[in-house]
Amino acid sequence: MVTGGVTKFAKAHPSMDFRLMVKRAYDYALKDIPELTADRIDGTRISYFSDHFTRQLKAASMVQDYLGMNPKGSIRLEWGGATGGECFQAAYEAVASGRMDICLAAGFETMSRVATWKGNEFIALASDTNFDFPLGGFYTGYYALMVVRHIYEYLRLGKFADVKDEREAQRLAIEEGCRVMSLVSVKNHLNALHNPYAQYPKRLTVEDVLNSEMISYPLTREQICTMSDGAAVAVMCSEERAKEFTDRPIRVIGVGTGTDTMRLADRPFGKVPLMPHERARDYENLPYPGVHSFRAGRAAGLEAYRHAGITNPNRDLDFIELHDAYASSEIQTYEDLGLCKYGEGYAFTERGDPFLKGIDYGFPVPNAGAIPVNPSGGLIACGHPVGATGLMQGVFAFWQLQGTIAKHFGDPALQLKNPKRGAIHSHAGTGSAVTVSILERGFR
Amino acid sequence: MRARPPTFDKFRDVQAELERTGAAIFRDTDGVESLVIKFPYQINYIHSYAEDSPFFLGLAEGKLKGSKCRRVKCGFVFATPRSHCMVCGSPTEWFDLPLTGRLHSWTTCHFGSEAFLKETPYNLALVEFAGVGSVLLARLKDCVESDLYVGMPVEARFDPNPKYSITDVWFVPSG
Ligand SMILES: [Zn+2]
Repeated sequence: MVTGGVTKFAKAHPSMDFRLMVKRAYDYALKDIPELTADRIDGTRISYFSDHFTRQLKAASMVQDYLGMNPKGSIRLEWGGATGGECFQAAYEAVASGRMDICLAAGFETMSRVATWKGNEFIALASDTNFDFPLGGFYTGYYALMVVRHIYEYLRLGKFADVKDEREAQRLAIEEGCRVMSLVSVKNHLNALHNPYAQYPKRLTVEDVLNSEMISYPLTREQICTMSDGAAVAVMCSEERAKEFTDRPIRVIGVGTGTDTMRLADRPFGKVPLMPHERARDYENLPYPGVHSFRAGRAAGLEAYRHAGITNPNRDLDFIELHDAYASSEIQTYEDLGLCKYGEGYAFTERGDPFLKGIDYGFPVPNAGAIPVNPSGGLIACGHPVGATGLMQGVFAFWQLQGTIAKHFGDPALQLKNPKRGAIHSHAGTGSAVTVSILERGFR
Repeated sequence: MRARPPTFDKFRDVQAELERTGAAIFRDTDGVESLVIKFPYQINYIHSYAEDSPFFLGLAEGKLKGSKCRRVKCGFVFATPRSHCMVCGSPTEWFDLPLTGRLHSWTTCHFGSEAFLKETPYNLALVEFAGVGSVLLARLKDCVESDLYVGMPVEARFDPNPKYSITDVWFVPSG
């Protein structure tokens, strides 16, 4: 990867349609490496999630057209929430296979074109429309079902295993789970204060998060990402070409994808596919994935780690930009990606491992800096224009590894010290599809 | 006929104007003006339940139909219709699920997509059945948030006037 660009994500961009949003991100990316001119780009991969939001089928053709890319080759990608992550990998594959020397990945979404609850309806059409959608058509409800079970498996049967009264034990476990989820929400909103691209940067307390409006028990408004308009682009090229454009190229060293059943209800109760640092005896009595964990995230992580030669993600990765559509799914994903064992996500959060060093979160984070997660602010604070989101993560990770955060953000606070390797993680509907890509600094 | 619809600085006001007259101009902080119109879309699909039809016909008769793998060596039992086994790919056969189960997980939705906002708050439940290898998602009625817990016994109820939708079945607390 040699350059990238992102539009500031916003609730609505009525003065730009999707073509102009992509063009702005694209111009930014090209301005960053003047040696790269449009005529040298061999083709594109273009992603957006929903034709319902655009109300324009084949909208990718209009982006290709607007950027002046015709008659070059292009493929449109769509994979629910993981659309952007898939586009990133498709561009990688176009180059890695030798099909192209230089490939542009571009993604966008324009979700402001319908009212919020209609937007929720469109998103929920990405759940089974015979069996799931008619019950409420509500993704937050699905993720609430998943976190209630996650809390049951790991807090009720963990920290609160000794509480005799079943209902009291579950009540205590949910209270504890919500408190810890709120730490994640505080982290991501606060990190975003230093990210000018973020839609909802703010300083919150745990109480603010817990007391915000209840959306689907136990998930509150501040634990959930919102809908956005936005676009992002990334340019990938072969190693030889990369040297022509920048002395700070970033290598994509691993890609992984995973899938699971469309219906939550169909998820099996089997065995955990193990990371190198886990043992079968760690999970003897754990029915997996059930609805508490994302098997697709584990599968994507395993493939990407194997490809990149990563045996211990905590040691081998310096940061992760992951798909925190919900504060709950960020904690669930720590476990899927092997940052801690299954069941340790809450303790891992509380120890502070995924927090940034040098930022005052308003509570103690003893292990801050161990493996920063969503240093950019993630989806919760940056917004989630679906088809752009996975590429936005790619661009933030790229700048992070280049050491150019201060240049692009106009603020050095989020720049990690000398990061060598980072991961990006993009996730679709209840974990039915996940992509993980590993990026590494390609210069000394 | 107006030559120009009214102009607003707040997008909220634009939306309100669209409801009233169908057109408005939005002026952003840079002074850029964009013409915004109302663009309706409605359609009725001709939707077949196809191989899952017996499940929905079953609901109308007060039955919950699950799928059981026909391959003896596999025999996986699903709480949802799957005409072929997810584990081994063999055809499945229908069987009647028990009408009682337990909460595998639950939530109370205080919002929903537009079509369901008027029904809030409503409960969703994943219901597990003894001897069945997967669960079923349904509404949970006649109870409130504070009543609910994982493991709670529940039983099925059916709509006497079936709509041929998954909402023809719901669960209530047992007893
Ligand atoms: Zn089978």
